[in-house]
Amino acid sequence: MQDTSIFTGGFADPVLQGQAAFRAVMDGMANPGRIKETDGTPSAPGGVPSAMAALALTLVDHDTPFTLGESLRASAFPAWLAFQTGAPMADTAFDASFAFFTCADAFPAFEGFPIGSDEYPDRSVTLIIEVEALEGGPQLTARGPGIRESAVIAPKGLPADFLARWRENGTLFPRGIDLVLVEGTRLLCLPRTTRLQAREA
Amino acid sequence: MSGLATYNFAYLDEQTKRMIRRAILKAIAIPGYQVPFASREMPMPYGWGTGGVQVTAAILGPSDVLKVIDQGADDTTNAVSIRAFFQKVANVEVTTRTKEATIIQTRHRIPEEKLTEGQVLVYQVPIPEPLRFLEPRETETRKMHALSEYGLMHVKLYEDIARNGHIATTYAYPVKVEGRYVMDPSPTPKFDNPKMHMSEALQLFGAGREKRIYALPPFTDVVSLDFDDHPFTVQSFEKPCALCGAEGVYLDEVVLDDRGGRMFVCSDTDYCEDRRAQGFLGDQGVPLKEAAE
Repeated sequence: MQDTSIFTGGFADPVLQGQAAFRAVMDGMANPGRIKETDGTPSAPGGVPSAMAALALTLVDHDTPFTLGESLRASAFPAWLAFQTGAPMADTAFDASFAFFTCADAFPAFEGFPIGSDEYPDRSVTLIIEVEALEGGPQLTARGPGIRESAVIAPKGLPADFLARWRENGTLFPRGIDLVLVEGTRLLCLPRTTRLQAREA
Repeated sequence: MSGLATYNFAYLDEQTKRMIRRAILKAIAIPGYQVPFASREMPMPYGWGTGGVQVTAAILGPSDVLKVIDQGADDTTNAVSIRAFFQKVANVEVTTRTKEATIIQTRHRIPEEKLTEGQVLVYQVPIPEPLRFLEPRETETRKMHALSEYGLMHVKLYEDIARNGHIATTYAYPVKVEGRYVMDPSPTPKFDNPKMHMSEALQLFGAGREKRIYALPPFTDVVSLDFDDHPFTVQSFEKPCALCGAEGVYLDEVVLDDRGGRMFVCSDTDYCEDRRAQGFLGDQGVPLKEAAE
């Protein structure tokens, strides 16, 4: 029996829904830390949240190899991605333009993903990671381009050493990875320029 | 659907839009860095804003309200034809009012009215590389950006001072973004440079022929290059706008006859009309109602 779940769950209207999902992530990248909503219609196998499925349908195609967390790799999600977008699985994480991780896997280490070069810092991965929740976690103060003065974010389910790892990513500038955190239909972007600090109570 | 050929929404095919969208995201993540992209041929020649048009087409949606300006004016050839293009291929609502627009595509001006959060300003850029006239080789300019080696640009500005006594660059005046990348603000008059600093609007730059996209997220630090003893200054004008009496705005010179007659008027037509509608009148202005009759 063939798994038919890979044929469904795409955009009903790829043009306009793709545009709307892109504007959500573009506004998110331009306003780091601000939570953006997607329309919630796409659904992908493997327990993938709708916002992650929407980002995959919007940004990924045959030009952009992807890599996946282990549990996603074992699910029907790679077949869904291949059918819906035509994107190839990357041979190694270092070849990936996009990487998808759900809560079923541990938060990935940033090492091993492409961070671009000083000449071409844009040739770096965008990590799309599901977290337990985008709010209700320990409070962090965010500063940097796109943020007026400062913003407070509180994603739940980040690893204990996340701040140190993120700071290290920031020191690589202009190289570095960009991060999109998702929960259900919502997303929150952290481009490499955003500086995070634990918030004093 | 009737008729023979119909275009995809906003003209570009979806794969092209995805490619441009990915470039835009990386451009926002690395403010001031020029992201290479696979620029397409558009139904207009290079030099007519194909870069800006591709960026606008990639972000435009049915709920957007589009404004297009050319040197500040809504009613010049380039602005009129690009506005008509998007009306035709995206059936999108258009406006000439700065505050009503969600996306403003511009050729070489930033509107006088302060842009607000949620607005996107799309620049048409002819030559995105600020170092290009100093160093023609792409391999070298790329290395200079990588190493943040911008001494040559300061030498250029210094030579301006040595020759003319002041920095003679008046448009495409180089800026430094977040203390890292030197960026060409496109050939806007330097008068507009301060408006880029900490702007509430997202600013996207598209260069079609040169195949580059770059960006300034909102609230980004943008500093015009200068020297301690020759600080950056913007142009100032002796007289206010002859039509609406506005001061502190960028003015265009209009030749009136062949005996040396001339007037200076707002380059931003929407701003000027708005002020005249409010009753402001310059030396040679007539109230809007009379002008219409």
